[in-house]
This record gives sequence, C-alpha cells and structure tokens, in this order.
Amino acid sequence: MIEMPVIDPEKCNGCGLCVEVCHCDALILVDDVVAVNPVEECDWCTECEIVCLTGALTCPFEIIID
Amino acid sequence: MAIQVDFLKNSPYFSGLTPAAIEAIAKLVFEKKVGKGEIFLLEGESDGVLYFVASGAAKIFKTSAEGKEQILGIARPGESINDVAVFDGGPNLAAAQAMGNVIVYGVRKNNLEAIIRDNPQVAANVIRVLANRVRYLVSLVEDLSFKHVIGRIAKILLRYAGSGAETGQRLTQQEMAAMAGTVREVVGRSLKVLEQEGAIKMDHHRILIADREALKKMIETSS
Repeated sequence: MIEMPVIDPEKCNGCGLCVEVCHCDALILVDDVVAVNPVEECDWCTECEIVCLTGALTCPFEIIID
Repeated sequence: MAIQVDFLKNSPYFSGLTPAAIEAIAKLVFEKKVGKGEIFLLEGESDGVLYFVASGAAKIFKTSAEGKEQILGIARPGESINDVAVFDGGPNLAAAQAMGNVIVYGVRKNNLEAIIRDNPQVAANVIRVLANRVRYLVSLVEDLSFKHVIGRIAKILLRYAGSGAETGQRLTQQEMAAMAGTVREVVGRSLKVLEQEGAIKMDHHRILIADREALKKMIETSS
C-alpha cells in the first residue's frame, strides 16, 4: 500500500486547508478532523504539510543509501 | 457574497479600528474566487491591488529566467499579498498561485490610500506588517546567501540514512530545516539541487542517496 501523510488528529483544527491543496484527493475531513482517503493515492508533494499551521499533518521522508 | 466584517476586524491591517470604520472599509473591498492552481498575481505586472487570503492558501514565488522557482512563502487566511508593489507603485515582486480553491479579498491602491488617510491606525498596523515581512525576507536572504545550507542538508542525509535492511530515521523537510538552521523553503530548494546534481533521487516518500561521495564532497566544500 502506498505511503500516506502521517496524521495527528489531536492537533487538527479542522480548517481544511490540507484537503483544499491536495492534488490527489487523498485527504478528507471527517467530523472536522482530517483523515486519509484510502481510495486515492498520495504523490507525496508535501503541500498539505506546508499549509498545516498546527502540525497535524507530516510527510516524513525515509532516507536510504541506494 | 458580502465581505466578512469579522475577517477584516481580525486582519493585522485593520486591527484596533471601530466597527463603523470596518464597515466603511468593507465597502472598498472586493472578493475574488481563484481556482486550484490558478496564478492570480503575476510577477512583474502592475496590478495595484493588495490581496488578503480569506480562505485557502496561496504560494508566493519568483521564477528565474531559466524557469527555476523560489518559494518566498505561503499565504494563509488573514495574510496579505502584494503589499510592497501597492505601496511603492512598482511592479509585483512575486507571483501568487492558489494551492487549492482560494477566496481572496482585494483592495485597490487608491482605496487603500484613502483608508490610511481616514484611519491613521492602519498606517501603524501596516508598518508592523511590513516590518515582519522584512524580518522574514532578510532571514531568507541570509540563508540563501551566507549559510552553506546544501552542505548541512547533505550532512543530515548521510547521518540519518538507513542502509538496506536497517530503516533510517524518517525526517520531514521542516525537521531538516530546524536541524540545518534554515527555513523549509531552502530545504526544498537544496533537495532539488542535490537531485539535479545526481547525489540523491527523490522517490515518493524516500530520499535515495545515489552518490555518497558527492554528498561528502559537498560537506567538505561548504564548511
């Protein structure tokens, strides 16, 4: 399964900016809290992380020696 | 849709004004809906309009002659865009692109000047907004010109890399920025440069170190 942004629902203020900026429709708001939309794929553009002011969404990179 | 008076009241530009003054200002503000990905402000043009992000987020960026992009910042609800060009009468310093569907409130230069004449408090507020902007941009200039950020990013990548069977620690670009003593925008640019030079490969949520020696060389030459 493709990796999705990491969500901390406790930090989410339900502003919905991340859902707005997501190119892949990979994020949805459920009861005013962000959640991943399992139907869609995330392309890891990290724009949701950029716009999130509360740090509820993170897109951590795994660093690997090729 | 009517301009939201509450939004204006909470904007750093118009804080401390009376409800009557806010009502009068609201009449000089227009609303603009911008679709996802649309560029609503072009670098170098002279629109003479100050924008406030009412909802959504906008990317503020400059583009070089070679097409390279430098993000100056992300404007979120409440924040203003194009202040400098409106006040000095020059061309727009940067472009603005809607990161999702965005609603902006616009104020034309002549109306803004009238607002400031009628409400001296706004002038004091503008000074504070612009001073904050200068502080941020000076720190960005410092990062881009004096600090050897690429070398620091290269060092972080080598330090936190996992090798095959062993998983490396996962890091966000924000965390890398904090470690390198810079801002996220500079990390994004550094990773792009490292990828263009063939030192790393960005693969979805993975940063693959393709040329360890090249990264080591960057650490040596930038220290």
